[in-house]
Amino acid sequence: MAEITRDDVAHLAQLARIEMSPEELDRMAGELAHIVDAVKSVSEAAGPDVPATSHPIALSNVFREDTVGHVLTPAEALSGAPDAEEHRFRVPAILDEE
Amino acid sequence: MADATLTFDEAMEQFDPVLGFEVHVELNTKTKMFSSAPNAFGDDPNTNVNEVDLGLPGVLPVVNKAAVESSIKIGLALNCEIAESCRFARKNYFYPDTPKNFQTSQYDEPIAHDGWIDIELEDGEVFRVEIERAHMEEDAGKLTHLGGAAGRIQGAEYSLVDYNRAGVPLVEIVTKPIVGAGRRAPELARAYVAAIREIVKNLGVSDARMERGNVRCDANVSLMPKGATKFGIRSETKNVNSLRSVEHAVRFEIQRHAAVLAAGAKVTQETRHWHEDTRTTTAGRPKSDADDYRYFPEPDLVPIHASREWVESLRAQLPEPPAERRKRLKTAWGYSDPEFRDVVNAGVMDAIEETISAGASAAAARKWWMGEIVGRAKVADVDPAELGVSAAAIVELNGLVEGGKLNNKMAGQVLDGVIAGEGTPTQVMEARGLVLVSDDGPLLEAIDAALAAQPDVADKIRAGKVQAVGAIVGGVMKATRGQADAGRVKELILERLGVSA
Repeated sequence: MAEITRDDVAHLAQLARIEMSPEELDRMAGELAHIVDAVKSVSEAAGPDVPATSHPIALSNVFREDTVGHVLTPAEALSGAPDAEEHRFRVPAILDEE
Repeated sequence: MADATLTFDEAMEQFDPVLGFEVHVELNTKTKMFSSAPNAFGDDPNTNVNEVDLGLPGVLPVVNKAAVESSIKIGLALNCEIAESCRFARKNYFYPDTPKNFQTSQYDEPIAHDGWIDIELEDGEVFRVEIERAHMEEDAGKLTHLGGAAGRIQGAEYSLVDYNRAGVPLVEIVTKPIVGAGRRAPELARAYVAAIREIVKNLGVSDARMERGNVRCDANVSLMPKGATKFGIRSETKNVNSLRSVEHAVRFEIQRHAAVLAAGAKVTQETRHWHEDTRTTTAGRPKSDADDYRYFPEPDLVPIHASREWVESLRAQLPEPPAERRKRLKTAWGYSDPEFRDVVNAGVMDAIEETISAGASAAAARKWWMGEIVGRAKVADVDPAELGVSAAAIVELNGLVEGGKLNNKMAGQVLDGVIAGEGTPTQVMEARGLVLVSDDGPLLEAIDAALAAQPDVADKIRAGKVQAVGAIVGGVMKATRGQADAGRVKELILERLGVSA
């Protein structure tokens, strides 16, 4: 079984900005280990002869020509914003990084 | 509290600097990297966005082919290998400049890798800078922090976000560690960023205007004791966005690190913020969990396969590299090292090249641009090219002087007229009534008057003091309102007084 510690879960929760209670952290440590094991079973199906892929469909070079297309108006762009000012999205001050 | 620093000389006595640069180049495609919204600078907020740029649910990005081609060209110009296959990755972080909560970038498979460029410093010394990789990604939106101290993130109450810049195609160029620059490290830093800017501008893939953020530099600096080979702990100074700042920031960080190490302490691995006003850096955030970006392959985009035919067809479109072009022009024009350097520094090399192709000699082209136009541009505080003097106008003006129609002083007035938009040099000359008095009749009249007005000077000249002729020439020039050929006037005066020069 995969080793997922309570600290690992707390770290992931912090990175994902998810608030978790101590009970949830305990529970998720066990559940995540099972999930990782389940995903790991893929490696049993695919032998070393199967190249790794990031995409299920064998496509490449799907491009768009450099031509201006659809654009929203500022009103449309801001229509879903919780808060706006001067045609811009208004967000709380975030003292994280610049 | 200000950081302690050693002097640059003290630092150099004890330590060898190691540099590294991450330069972000904004491409000048018409549309964004993954959406068809316009890529334009300076428009009203949130007018160049669509659902993809805003990261709304259910949208799918589509790669801009022109941006990929520009990226490959940058890779080729930096002597990189172009990957036969590469892919995009998600770089996950939470910050309001990126509404998707991830930046679409490249991680383990950049489009270009393992290149180099030779950087020539002003005195001709060449450093080879090796390029680790150049990868494609997208720019973030622009935040304006409000409330508290205006514009500063510290104390801000809220921020306003404009996503016009979100999704603008970027190429990030990362160097390998640069060792061995020694005390020339700050100069090399500046020259490297200047070279990248020049290359992308020459390729036509970026507007390359640093003041608009088209080219932005993060500078990594570490020190190791002289002669050591193990790198020290580095700092990363973010967003050093002018050539002058790059040089100063690297110099400052070298001096700061040296003081920390000389005191027996350890340099903190952290980002630093550059302050142009004080020419110092201050601590940003330390390396932490925030750097755990959990990259993974972007599931919404398929890989890019750059066929060798495609790469070679792009290579065939590359313009002559700027450094090679400079060498070729310098030889062709026959300018001395300092003459050519002045031309380059004044930013008139292209203009001189055009003027020469329009028919001027190399010497005449330099005389007009360096002697006349650059000075006027300085006074007007604009780039010389912005004065709007065409190559054809210079050739015409030069012809008027060489043909004896104008003297240098009048030519200067004609040039002023051309700059003021009064027409071609001939039109300005006619409109302003600037006609060189070449008929000896009116000149002799003016000379006789000047001699009569200053009889003592006339006597001196007769007695052999030929240099006194200047005073009479001055009088004649004044009488003809400057519209006489001073050389001819001098000849006539001496003739009149029966003195040989």
